[in-house]
Amino acid sequence: MAPALAARGVTKRFPGGVVANEAVDLDVAPGEVHALLGENGAGKSTLSNVLTGLYRPDEGHVEIDGNPVAFRSPRDAIEAGIGMVHQHFRLVETFTVAENVALGRRGPLARRASAALVRDLGDRYGLPVDPSARIWQLSVGEQQRVEILKALSRDARVLILDEPTAVLTPHEAEALFAVLRRMTGEGRSVVFISHKLDEVRAVADRVTVLRDGRAEGTRLLADATSRELARLMVGRDVVLSADRMPRRRPPGDEVVLRVHGVEAAGDRGEPALRGIDLTVHAGEVLGICGVAGNGQRELAEVIAGGRHATAGTVEIAGTPMGRPDPRRAHRAGLGIIPEDRLHTGLAPSLPVEDNLALLAHRHPPLAAGPFVRRRRLRERARALIDEFDIRTPGPTTPTRLLSGGNVQKVLLARELSARPRVLLAASPTRGLDVGAIETVRDLIVSAADDGVGVLLLSEDLDEILSLADRVAVIYEGRILSELDRADADVEDLGLLMGGDLVAGRSAS
Amino acid sequence: MSGLLVLASTAGAAPDLASSGRGVNSNLFVVIAASAIFYGTPLVLAGLGEMLTERSGILNLGLEGMMLMGAVAATWGSLNVGGPGWFALVAALVAAMVAGALVACVHAVLVIGFRVEQIVSGLAITILAGGAGLSSYLAGSWDLSRGPVPHRLGRFDVLGLGDLPVVGPLLFRQNLLTYASWLLVAALWWYLFRTRRGLHLRAVGESPATADAMGIPVERYRYGHTIAGGALAGLGGAFFPLAIIPLWSDGLTGGRGWIALALVIFGFWRPELILVGAYLFGASASLGLTLQARGVEVSPQLLASLPYLLTIVVLVAVSTGWARRRVGAPAALGTPYERESR
Repeated sequence: MAPALAARGVTKRFPGGVVANEAVDLDVAPGEVHALLGENGAGKSTLSNVLTGLYRPDEGHVEIDGNPVAFRSPRDAIEAGIGMVHQHFRLVETFTVAENVALGRRGPLARRASAALVRDLGDRYGLPVDPSARIWQLSVGEQQRVEILKALSRDARVLILDEPTAVLTPHEAEALFAVLRRMTGEGRSVVFISHKLDEVRAVADRVTVLRDGRAEGTRLLADATSRELARLMVGRDVVLSADRMPRRRPPGDEVVLRVHGVEAAGDRGEPALRGIDLTVHAGEVLGICGVAGNGQRELAEVIAGGRHATAGTVEIAGTPMGRPDPRRAHRAGLGIIPEDRLHTGLAPSLPVEDNLALLAHRHPPLAAGPFVRRRRLRERARALIDEFDIRTPGPTTPTRLLSGGNVQKVLLARELSARPRVLLAASPTRGLDVGAIETVRDLIVSAADDGVGVLLLSEDLDEILSLADRVAVIYEGRILSELDRADADVEDLGLLMGGDLVAGRSAS
Repeated sequence: MSGLLVLASTAGAAPDLASSGRGVNSNLFVVIAASAIFYGTPLVLAGLGEMLTERSGILNLGLEGMMLMGAVAATWGSLNVGGPGWFALVAALVAAMVAGALVACVHAVLVIGFRVEQIVSGLAITILAGGAGLSSYLAGSWDLSRGPVPHRLGRFDVLGLGDLPVVGPLLFRQNLLTYASWLLVAALWWYLFRTRRGLHLRAVGESPATADAMGIPVERYRYGHTIAGGALAGLGGAFFPLAIIPLWSDGLTGGRGWIALALVIFGFWRPELILVGAYLFGASASLGLTLQARGVEVSPQLLASLPYLLTIVVLVAVSTGWARRRVGAPAALGTPYERESR
């Protein structure tokens, strides 16, 4: 049988000489879930953008049912029966669900028919969502359902999902897998893009591994071992388990961060934090896990002095914090690795050396009255670049030109060189490749070994379990459970992240 | 067509509604309200144009320049086109729309085609086409200030209802462009919120990446609505020589383009609210004139600056967190969209 969707020798280059895809072949059979596995930057998203007509390949072509097609725009791909759920959803936030589903069609706007279609398809595939709800009011999981409904409403025969589980709790992911199986049962095909082996194993029939823009081979999942797939993906043998990183020193008793009864409003004025209590001791890593959007950002901002707390107190190394004042928080001993490292943490267009100096420039030896000593600043930058192994052409390179891992190292170098008592790290390894993840985790653990109290906010359970001494779960602005790493269980934590209080009780 | 003929021949400057009313219709409130609608009309037209453009995600700070070019073209048309009066008037209005659209084309090509910073391009266009630039050059070389325009938009009494108390002067004794602006408000509301094209337009302005992924031609929508917006700005500009100030003077739109820009924000990018806002500004303009005409002792400078003061107050008010949370601008306003950028 001819493949429902195929790529033949697809090559895509970007300005600046980056080859994102090189002679990639892919065969998606009718009625299968075909996984596309690869690390960040392996070219998965680029390939999917070629398959959906968003990018045009420089060489090679796409085939549908064995016939070559040349998509000139996404509309061509949609009409050929290709649906796509992008990692960053393509939804108009201010529109209703029904309006989003109606987008891009021709003919008169049939509002009621569109709403009815959303309901029908939702019932049929197990994707319940209120057609008149506005997108911004929905949870991320619900938004994903809307994306799938959009594709189904166009009768997509092939659905491509780019990292669909990144934003889901384990339970939501299970529900998604069930929907995908229902679709393949009808003869539709699914391309499932992921960098997580266990997930691919749970849902896919076959897998094609991408590395550095090339297809490294296609395997039946039933035949392939995880070790083999991991090797194809990374290009070398890797340790798969989320083992606890070894620690040189046990945590101390001194409390360096105390958050008591903190409440705060989110950007839309909704309650985002509803009474948070936390303590972090010197030399301890407290990991807070939770699905994105449950108050992590607001919590980080309140502690960092960037958001007003409507109730409660924050104490950094014994100094009580009053109204929002980032400088005061820093002086009390807080170091921050913010979620949006490049834009919130750094000035992207400034040279590396200036970003490295942004905290130290206020005081001697870098400051001389109102002036900055450029030569000392550069010497210090060179030293930090060596010490933290920052890969940069030079100290004067604009920071935004560095790779994600090196940007993070610049940030860590700046914050850790200020000798903080507490380090607040929000998703510090998100979007980094395997090598950089190791480096960043090492730096965080060694900071803890040196007596820094670390508050680690992350959606990545593996990361929490490998770094943290204690684990807390945040859900809808509350801490649901707090336990020792030794007592933490992936299953229970996953349930708690989805707000399952029963699991919380059985876990504690 | 006889109606049009009548309107073209009943040339008149700012309608002196006070003198024509009887009884309640010469009441100060009615007079100010009626002339607020009159003075607000160019703001409605230009505001609607800017709203269309901004709904597609393009900010057009060249509005004032486009209005002035429309005013020049309309003056030229009224002075130079032969034939019956109604024909010259229609020609003047069409010329104004074409002039506005042409200038908008320049903006569209610069910001959509070449991704020039939208603020820079818009400001450059206003400076270039503005009171000390192209519009005054053209007016000079065409000798537009040789006399008042011969064909103007006069009051048009609908079915003789103009003498009804209160509603007569407000609704039935305006000029044709005002009536047209009301139709336009309704039509654009319908377009934006009840048609598929309107839905697509709003999607393009809110999230071009989403629109693109759904197969909506983002650039085509942006070009189309930027140019249509320019045509409406030109029409708004035409109102000045054809209805308010019949004798050409440089920069005769007097910064109304900037007020129209503020109006779009004040009107939360909704046609019906832009209409209300425009009349509020119209009232602040007419208040001064009416009070002066009635011999009330107020500083004329202070009164003349009322609309601009109101602009500042309104912009501060809608910039508060409260307003921004509820009615944001089109989310992609001012940002170019490039499919293959990463």
